[in-house]
Amino acid sequence: MDQPGYDYHIDIPGTTLFDGKMAMKGYALNKMCYSFNQQINREAFLADEEGYMARFGLNDEQKEAIRKRDVLGLIDAGGNIYYLAKFAGIFKLSVQDVGGLQTGKTTEEFQQYLASQA
Amino acid sequence: MARILGGITTSHIPAVGNAINKGLQDDPYWKPFFDGYPKVHKWVQDNKPDYVINIYNDHGLGFFLDRMPTFAIGAAHEYRNEDEGWGLPALPPFPGAPELSWHIIESMVADEFDITSCQELAVDHGFVVPMQLFWPGAPNNPDMPRAVPISANTVQHPIPTLNRALNFGKALRKALLSFPEDAKIVVLGTGGLSHQLDGQRAGFINKEFDRYCLDNIVHNPEELTKITRQELVKNAGAQGTEFLMWMMMRGALGDDVTEITRNYHIPISNTAAGTLLIECAA
Ligand SMILES: [Fe+2]
Repeated sequence: MDQPGYDYHIDIPGTTLFDGKMAMKGYALNKMCYSFNQQINREAFLADEEGYMARFGLNDEQKEAIRKRDVLGLIDAGGNIYYLAKFAGIFKLSVQDVGGLQTGKTTEEFQQYLASQA
Repeated sequence: MARILGGITTSHIPAVGNAINKGLQDDPYWKPFFDGYPKVHKWVQDNKPDYVINIYNDHGLGFFLDRMPTFAIGAAHEYRNEDEGWGLPALPPFPGAPELSWHIIESMVADEFDITSCQELAVDHGFVVPMQLFWPGAPNNPDMPRAVPISANTVQHPIPTLNRALNFGKALRKALLSFPEDAKIVVLGTGGLSHQLDGQRAGFINKEFDRYCLDNIVHNPEELTKITRQELVKNAGAQGTEFLMWMMMRGALGDDVTEITRNYHIPISNTAAGTLLIECAA
């Protein structure tokens, strides 16, 4: 999709702006993660991950990133962090755990990094 | 006619709700954060607002990408939370104020703000945590005001500009002041300050930029409208765009205001936590 240069098309290192392009790309993935707001859906996912992903129509890139619990891969595949947080919630991961996974740090190292900015 | 008592901003981090449930207020990690609230409690108790306008941003509970309102206003008799995917406890419903909601919607649409009205709206931590911070035990607090939730989109770009957010607040002020009831209203702006949850830049916090925002929002909010949306993402972090809620709240307070208290602490969870209480002249 070619679009004129609105101000959201900017380069901030390490940051994927979740705009219309990404929202279209990640729609199925985000819709699945949105469903995890309900306990019954979290259980259905855990009972049959492949079937659950197929039901929501995830593409191969999205499925692979879900299988690998690859947070950066999920973001590349169009995932929005607010919905992905509900996926992470299934595994009781905190936002510091998720921060560590994305930055190559342990959770403790990530927490130290946060505190170092005080 | 109704009166606006003032505005209160606070971060609305989910972990705060957890800490409240576990009674961790005096824990060394949490104390510097919760120390920001006794003055707010006193002010709330002294002033006892009848209504609370809770300006927050939904994080993927009340709205999905199928329909994403830029500005949504609840118009329900009550508002319920949900577990948000994390097993958060279900609370009793927060009492709504549909007559005030519809008054605001009428007034703001007449003022050319295009509003999405919501007769059902599940409220997430962005709405709930500030209520629990300001009215301990919420919604089971005898002083719990009736609520009107207002949610602005910060999930998906394009998000509103800072100027639009401030102007939204000004139009909201006009609506509130014309509500034909002798009522006291407090306006909340929840979210922020700087934080980023996603990407290789996760964990980004920007004390200097937060200070600049805190120093200007009370008496010089127009200055902050010069910040472009891309500068906001760059300087406040991808989720620091929640500062828009602070701008919306600020617009509703008018020019004659006094700062009562503020608190700023790094980090709570992934966030630079900020609290500010601004009182309107009587
Ligand atoms: Fe938030």
